[in-house]
Amino acid sequence: MMRPDPQRAGEDPAGDASAGGPTRQEVRADAKRRRATRDRLVAFVAAVVVLGGLAAVVLTSPGWPSVKELFFNRQQFSEHFPDVLGGFWLDIKLFVVIEIGVLLLGLLLALIRITRLPVLFPLRLLATVFIDVFRGVPTVLLVYLFGFGIPALELSGLPTDPMICGGIALCFSYSAYVSEVYRSGIDSVHPAQRSASLALGLSESQTLRHVVLPQAVRRVIPPLLNDFIALQKDVALLGIVGVIEAFRLAQIAAAEQFNYTPLLAAALLYLCVTIPMARGVDVLQKRRARRQNAAGAA
Amino acid sequence: MSTTDADLQHGHGTPVLELRGVTKAYGGTPVLRGIDLAIHEHRAVVLIGASGSGKSTLLRVADLLEELDDGDVLVDGEVVTEPGVRPLETRRKLGMVFQSFNLFPHLTVLENIVLAPVKAHGMARADAEEHARTLLSRFGLAGREGEYPDRLSGGQQQRVAIVRALATRPRALLLDEITSALDPLLVGEVLEVVRELKREGMTMVITTHEMHFAREVADEICFLHEGQIVERGAPDQLFVDPQRDETKRFLQRLLEAQRP
Ligand SMILES: Nc1ncnc2c1ncn2[C@@H]1O[C@H](COP(=O)(O)OP(=O)(O)OP(=O)(O)O)[C@@H](O)[C@H]1O
Ligand SMILES: [Mg+2]
Repeated sequence: MMRPDPQRAGEDPAGDASAGGPTRQEVRADAKRRRATRDRLVAFVAAVVVLGGLAAVVLTSPGWPSVKELFFNRQQFSEHFPDVLGGFWLDIKLFVVIEIGVLLLGLLLALIRITRLPVLFPLRLLATVFIDVFRGVPTVLLVYLFGFGIPALELSGLPTDPMICGGIALCFSYSAYVSEVYRSGIDSVHPAQRSASLALGLSESQTLRHVVLPQAVRRVIPPLLNDFIALQKDVALLGIVGVIEAFRLAQIAAAEQFNYTPLLAAALLYLCVTIPMARGVDVLQKRRARRQNAAGAA
Repeated sequence: MSTTDADLQHGHGTPVLELRGVTKAYGGTPVLRGIDLAIHEHRAVVLIGASGSGKSTLLRVADLLEELDDGDVLVDGEVVTEPGVRPLETRRKLGMVFQSFNLFPHLTVLENIVLAPVKAHGMARADAEEHARTLLSRFGLAGREGEYPDRLSGGQQQRVAIVRALATRPRALLLDEITSALDPLLVGEVLEVVRELKREGMTMVITTHEMHFAREVADEICFLHEGQIVERGAPDQLFVDPQRDETKRFLQRLLEAQRP
């Protein structure tokens, strides 16, 4: 329950800066700055010691020279990196297309599951089964089954490209998860919001569209982004049904050269995309926590 | 039986809102047990009663937010609880304000207010916004259009909620303990809005624990006890000279609770 704020917003107590000499406020600010500088220094030294120690352990290990040759071969890296990067473009494109499908299908599944309309009962049952099945089977297995199974059916109208079939498997699998994320968001919107909207004369569907969904989606953006990151990595699974994307290219190069450095190149590329996404989630979550604290303190 | 209490007291014209023999139970527990209530145009009826006596349920049933078990609700003389009639039209004719404001947190003040006029009443956005601004400045909220609800005090939020309900030009307003969630210092500004609406002749059903206020704005007080209106009358009569033991006990308890 919200606690009303006796002080009106906007009536800021005017902060008056008095001239001449360091005020108590300035002295405090100065001390605070010095403390922050010291904290940063300590953190930096600690990081150097720990990471340096780890590096020393690895670099002095008896197997390091051969590991270095097999995984960190500079020449191999520069030779294969452009190829792998080219393949990674396909990963990105696949990711974007599949993710859009996931967001739409996930929302559709969530909406079907929350409707109470009796006519939609068969659809609701279907959606439930869909979600149970596609969440319950390992994604890699789904990619296999779809990527090789659907083309083998030789049915006209069904896609025969393993990339498309495998992509559909990924899309279904992630939609099942994402629909549950949406649903938890919808459930988290207080029923009083719905009451208020209906009382204003909005219909059930208008209430869903203008009141419930906007609030629900805002709340589930961080978990949705986490699923984005997972999907970005899992696009590599399409390599196993013959899609020549970054991982598959790296694997081929590694097998030809008896050297694993190309795989490392692929790993680096995935990190280039997933790390910024992870930081994005952090920022969003922090911002939300701050806003909630502000609302709670008000 | 053709004359009800309401007929005797102010009896002519069709009531804006009427409940006839309304019953409602939650999972076998009766909450409303035969409510008869008529609210005529420009009048304010205040419902009082202990916590759990069914005041909120009565308002929610009247606004068709809850389905009733038996009896009828009539708006402007038309039965709106026939099985075939869609509740949407009725809800559009009545405005409701809740104890906990229930503003939409993702919308600005202005967006909160124009949502229903635009989406549910088909009003042009420009007209709706102009009307909203007029209402906001009338209730001391000018300049707040762009703020989000969580930046406002409780009193301001509740006034916005009242404006939001008024923006659809309802036939009657249902106010459910609209000051109960407020800091005591902010109660006054919200009650002042209701007084103003009363002066304008807004038809209202109000539930409240603020007895001074009830006495001031009510044309009629109904005392609800265990899902029944056991006593009703003009404020001066009911507060000064209650007839029923339940009413006396309730008022007595309230008096003791409010004594410092
Ligand atoms: N959705 C519901 N499901 C089950 N029981 C309910 C529901 N809503 C209300 N009740 C019950 O109905 C009874 C009347 O509730 P109601 O909210 O109408 O009382 P009230 O007079 O408004 O009380 P208060 O002064 O506390 O607001 C209570 O016993 C309550 O527990
Ligand atoms: Mg109540």
